[in-house]
Amino acid sequence: MTAQSIQRDSGRSALDTIRHGLSLTPEFRKGLAGTLALAVVATVGKIIVPIAVQQTIDTGLKDGVPDLSYITSAVLVCAAAVVLTAIAGYVMNVRLYKATESSLATLRVRGFRHVHDLSVLTQNTERRGALVSRVTNDIDQISTFMQWGGLMVIVAFGQLFVATVLMFVYSWQLTLLVWACFIPLMIALPRFQRLLSRAYTVVRERTGDMLAAISESVVGAAVIRAYASERRTAERIGTAVNANRSAQVRAQTIVGFVFPLTEIVAAVAIAGIVLLGVRLGLSGEITQGELVAFLFLVTLFVSPLQTATEVLNEAQNAVAGWRRILGVLDTPPDVADPGEKGVELPRGPISVAFEDVHFSYPGGPPVLREVTLVIPPRSRVAVVGETGSGKTTFAKLLTRLMDPGSGRVTIDGHDLRHVRFSSLRERIVMVPQDGFLFDGTLEENVRYGKPSAAREEIELALTELGLADWLEGLPAGLDTPVGQRGESLSAGERQLVALARAYLADPDLLLLDEATSAVDPATEVRLARALEGVTRGRTAISIAHRLSTAENADEVLVFDAGRLVQRGPHADLVNEQGVYADLHASWISAAHS
Amino acid sequence: MASKVTSAVMRQGLRVLGVAIRTEKAVFALAVLASAVYGGMTVASSWALGWATQHVLLPSFAQGRVASGALWTGVFLIIGTALLKAFGVAGRRILAGVMQYRMQARSRRDVTRQYLRLPLSWHHRHPTGQLLSNASADAEAAWAPLAPLPMAVGVVVMLVTAAIAMIFTDLVLAVVGFLIFPAIAVLNLVYQRRLSPLATRAQQLRAEVSEIAHESFDGALVVKTLGREDLETERFLRRAHELRDANIAVGRVRGLFDPMLEALPTIGVLAVLAVGALRLSGGSIVVGDLIQVAYLFTLLAFPIRALGWVLAELPRSVVGWERVQAVLEATGSMEYGSVDHGAATASSAPAALEVRGVSYRYGEAEVLHDVTFDVPAGRTVALVGPTGSGKSTLVQLLVRLVDPDAGQVLLDGVDLRELAYGGVAQSVALVPQQTFLFDDTVRGNIALGQESADEDVWDALRLAQADGFVARLSDGLGARVGERGATLSGGQRQRLALARAIVRRPRVLVLDDATSSVDPQVEARILYGLRDAAETSTVVVVAYRLATIALADEVVYLDHGRVVDRGTHEELLARCQGYRNLVTAYEREEAERAAIDVLAEDEEVLAGEEEGVSA
Ligand SMILES: Nc1ncnc2c1ncn2[C@@H]1O[C@H](COP(=O)(O)OP(=O)(O)O)[C@@H](O)[C@H]1O
Ligand SMILES: Nc1ncnc2c1ncn2[C@@H]1O[C@H](COP(=O)(O)OP(=O)(O)O)[C@@H](O)[C@H]1O
Ligand SMILES: [Mg+2]
Ligand SMILES: [Mg+2]
Repeated sequence: MTAQSIQRDSGRSALDTIRHGLSLTPEFRKGLAGTLALAVVATVGKIIVPIAVQQTIDTGLKDGVPDLSYITSAVLVCAAAVVLTAIAGYVMNVRLYKATESSLATLRVRGFRHVHDLSVLTQNTERRGALVSRVTNDIDQISTFMQWGGLMVIVAFGQLFVATVLMFVYSWQLTLLVWACFIPLMIALPRFQRLLSRAYTVVRERTGDMLAAISESVVGAAVIRAYASERRTAERIGTAVNANRSAQVRAQTIVGFVFPLTEIVAAVAIAGIVLLGVRLGLSGEITQGELVAFLFLVTLFVSPLQTATEVLNEAQNAVAGWRRILGVLDTPPDVADPGEKGVELPRGPISVAFEDVHFSYPGGPPVLREVTLVIPPRSRVAVVGETGSGKTTFAKLLTRLMDPGSGRVTIDGHDLRHVRFSSLRERIVMVPQDGFLFDGTLEENVRYGKPSAAREEIELALTELGLADWLEGLPAGLDTPVGQRGESLSAGERQLVALARAYLADPDLLLLDEATSAVDPATEVRLARALEGVTRGRTAISIAHRLSTAENADEVLVFDAGRLVQRGPHADLVNEQGVYADLHASWISAAHS
Repeated sequence: MASKVTSAVMRQGLRVLGVAIRTEKAVFALAVLASAVYGGMTVASSWALGWATQHVLLPSFAQGRVASGALWTGVFLIIGTALLKAFGVAGRRILAGVMQYRMQARSRRDVTRQYLRLPLSWHHRHPTGQLLSNASADAEAAWAPLAPLPMAVGVVVMLVTAAIAMIFTDLVLAVVGFLIFPAIAVLNLVYQRRLSPLATRAQQLRAEVSEIAHESFDGALVVKTLGREDLETERFLRRAHELRDANIAVGRVRGLFDPMLEALPTIGVLAVLAVGALRLSGGSIVVGDLIQVAYLFTLLAFPIRALGWVLAELPRSVVGWERVQAVLEATGSMEYGSVDHGAATASSAPAALEVRGVSYRYGEAEVLHDVTFDVPAGRTVALVGPTGSGKSTLVQLLVRLVDPDAGQVLLDGVDLRELAYGGVAQSVALVPQQTFLFDDTVRGNIALGQESADEDVWDALRLAQADGFVARLSDGLGARVGERGATLSGGQRQRLALARAIVRRPRVLVLDDATSSVDPQVEARILYGLRDAAETSTVVVVAYRLATIALADEVVYLDHGRVVDRGTHEELLARCQGYRNLVTAYEREEAERAAIDVLAEDEEVLAGEEEGVSA
């Protein structure tokens, strides 16, 4: 089986990415035209100063005698315009924020859900942190761009546009001069941006390395201490931190050199305006007010171009963010829920069949081969075999965490692939090898098996499992916090909670994958007996390395190197030559040595 | 009240800045110098423009000819000031970056060194996510105001220069400036004060959203097997929507203040024009002065906001700094003695362990009470006890992952606390119950930085019964095992962890239920191998299985954190009921089951007879 990996990015072009992204976020498109119209109004505010200056000098100060009433009224009109454009700016900003945030929240939730819909195998192709990034940092990056950069782009284009229009009205020669000064810079900017983007890519990589190094010192704290590898770890972290710092300084240096270039170009443009302007003035092609206004208009070129490299960079990040989140959404779940079309299973005992099932992990050797078997309803099955023989893989195929490479798995005669997930997950529950708990109280964790359960129901479940004494021994009983991943409980206790959680879910088929491996024998026997009582009439499958589990089963499945090599009741198998007899011998010798 | 808190935060924030300035004196001084050049030149450039207007533009229109001397002087002034200004900007930006990133890196190194120094008990009390963000996000936030700081200092220079320039140009116009600029500064201050709590909240929510995603993806197997995707999505959606609302709240404030801050300088220029026209008609100023002041307003409008940026970052900085500081000031770091145990005995002979009156607590709850026992050199002792009785906790004390609250652990008669750094690890190796593999190669995971020849690694793998599957991996020793060893089965992970301990040829080997995921056949092979090799080491083993216990010379039975009894397996079996119940649970179960089966058959026979009677 070639389990797919999550697409690194959607492989779409930038434009297509944006188009597709927008089509997924109707909230953003709604009212966008209005927002853009307001943006135009808001940018007009930028040319008020040059116009006011020009009017004052040319009309108000004609002949050296200030026309006070004219200047006053001009100033008042301009002030009113300023207020108006400010209001337009406010309304535009709020609309933009609302639209982007609403649409990104939708996208975020969609992405999150989609990650959960992907199979475990697909999820495992990516580091946990990177996967989380897809619904956090990547989206935040888009959000940053939309609110800061996106606005900047609109304003910048608007600003350049209105400034140019006004310049043309005053003097086409000077307009050409200004553009002639700025065009080389505009051509160079994308180059700088590429330089910067490369530098930032290095920064990101170094940051990733650094975080990985730092996280080892925290998550591996016990191992590091037990093996006194603190110094080595500290050195590795130090190297990573310094590499990250150097990369950041390098990127900053590029910004530092590129950023002020615009100032120099603007000064050259201004000098050019003065040089050419006075000559145009002599030939009467421009008034002195217009010439002075030009000096102000040039400043409108500065800020868009000054921030352009950074905006371009943000834009690139945002597109990359879009690509990564679309990469998740474009990855079809390989183990997909048939949904409404799927079969709904009636409640009641479940039978399972494997028909010539093969499986291998991506890029690995075959792990299960030619597995064919039938588990009749109400039977109690034990699965045994060496470590690595494929028992957990078998369990994952049975619960449809993965699909077989070839062959099929059926329950009650229905191909698992056609069974609706809601029905499947309700009827078949597996307790995995290591009991993962959520950071919360014990009660919350057990309730996860049945969200509607009342506290009494949870207490009752624990009592039925024979865990009442244990619960009483805990400092805060049901309210005991279990810590992250359940790490404030002992390993065995964690398994008890995981088991209680599955028990509360009340499935028709319960599959235990070494679910009590860290629990003491007395408790384990109590649990087994309690489970036996309550799963009577249901199907139960246990993977375990215990003789008693095999002895008490109606049927034992023996796996060896990915094959089902033996099956039958314990009593028959012990007398057969084969893997089981060897296993049995080792159990017996272990128990009586 | 609220404003009091804020001013306290501001004071604290300035103190944080002070720390950075003292640490990076030279860089800061240069950055400020560059920024001062930038500030001065900004004002100078407006003056140059005013000069050019007055001495070049206006005269040429008035006189109908160009004075070329003045023209070229003007050009020189305009370009010269711009060059100097650009130089200042570049220096300021680069040096500010150097300062900021150096401080960040310093904090990160200090924090992680502290993580490595602090005892495991401290780690138990602090969630992983928090520690990671202390070293990344908080270290970043603490020094974030350093980026705009030199600029802000430069702006102060700029404002002072501008004020002087304006006073010299015209007092009345200067008054307009003195009204507008403080207004901008105050507006900005109000802005940042309104913004910063909202921004902090958004930041907080961003972290929470990320935490939920992390935990939820981590628990994917549980989510899937119970079909709780909807529940998880609901949980995520709630927080994502809170984040959305928080971001929109930030947006409202930004949306309100940004246009105002843009409009204010424009209003200022308009005011200058109106007032300036009056002054012109009175003959107090010339047109060039007017243009100079108007231009100055245009140029100053943006940089003056830098003051606000520093202030805006301060609250976040203070929070980040305090969190970093809390880690750096955490006490209870492990003290090491000076006894060089390995060198003192200069041997690899088995060592003796002694546990004397040890108690240990997690927070309030004491889980080990006055535990005493000893393990003579070269012997094997099994620790047995019900789930949650404190075995794993005890084992952590044996290798000094944590120190006891009372009592002592002695290695060859020396308190573990008196051993030099690395002394315990040199002699004692632990295989923990919970396997942890680094996202590294098989070799890297076993050697853990120690120089080990490949043959030694293979020997260890052989003893751990892991050589077979490692040889089958595509890259053998060089194969990467994935995050937390994800590409291996549970039993395979455990065996690598075992090999990691064995390769060190420890004088004391401590196994905490280290073969629970290994099948009995393989386990038996491992145990026999170890028994042969164990002649060179003392072994403490936590176990439930009789096969493992049978290897032990002595058994220590633990219940509820107390040593209930100790002796040989047979002795305990005979006299300790709890122990007997625990280790013989399977056999008793079998016996009972056999009895029940007999009973059930009897019942069936009875039922059959009754039916027969009624028929
Ligand atoms: N996620 C994975 N990626 C690649 N190989 C895997 C993965 N999980 C298990 N394997 C391999 O598949 C084989 C069977 O594993 P598993 O079914 O977990 O064995 P068991 O449960 O019987 O101990 C092992 O050789 C293991 O290395
Ligand atoms: N990190 C922790 N924080 C708080 N309590 C803990 C922590 N680890 C273990 N405990 C508690 O201490 C007790 C003993 O745990 P442990 O030593 O792991 O038991 P054992 O290994 O015997 O099963 C248990 O009740 C457990 O809940
Ligand atoms: Mg398994
Ligand atoms: Mg334990």
